[in-house]
Amino acid sequence: MADTNERISKIVNENDVVLFMKGTPLFPQCGFSNRATAILDHCNVAFESFDVLQDMEIRQGIKEFSDWPTIPQLYVKGEFVGGSDIMMEMYEAGELQQLLAEKGVAAAS
Amino acid sequence: MAMHAAEIEALIKAAIPDAEVEIVALVDDGDHYRATVTSASFAGKPRVAQHKLVYEALGGRMGGELHALQLSTAVPN
Repeated sequence: MADTNERISKIVNENDVVLFMKGTPLFPQCGFSNRATAILDHCNVAFESFDVLQDMEIRQGIKEFSDWPTIPQLYVKGEFVGGSDIMMEMYEAGELQQLLAEKGVAAAS
Repeated sequence: MAMHAAEIEALIKAAIPDAEVEIVALVDDGDHYRATVTSASFAGKPRVAQHKLVYEALGGRMGGELHALQLSTAVPN
């Protein structure tokens, strides 16, 4: 468990924007993960994704790490932002775009 | 494992007594719902904290027997 937490810390700290999801942005395996990647695409932001279906330790561990029961989960600059519902609410209110701009993350190339 | 909308509503109201809960079934399979929860107790709390209060009310079912609950929270006007 300690190892898993360390691995998760490394992932969230080494990537400005990282989405823990089921599947990949090209082939999402769940509607909520699909929605989360679509929102990030609309924000025109560069992001890493981590497919939890390929790693059972991370799949369980991320829920405890974030104290959040579901996947997808978005981290920006090491901070937990929320799942796909919160991403959608923030996007619709313009808050997600604002957060990404404030954190100075790179645009999608 | 499926849950009834009434069961979800009852759990939320038991934990957040002033909550107004609106639940819509997205698919008629007892597993895909959209819930809107409005409560004064959300005032001043960030969205993540508001959603966590609802997840706590559901007592660990979220992500388990309840896979798909699209959630939005609000403070009454």
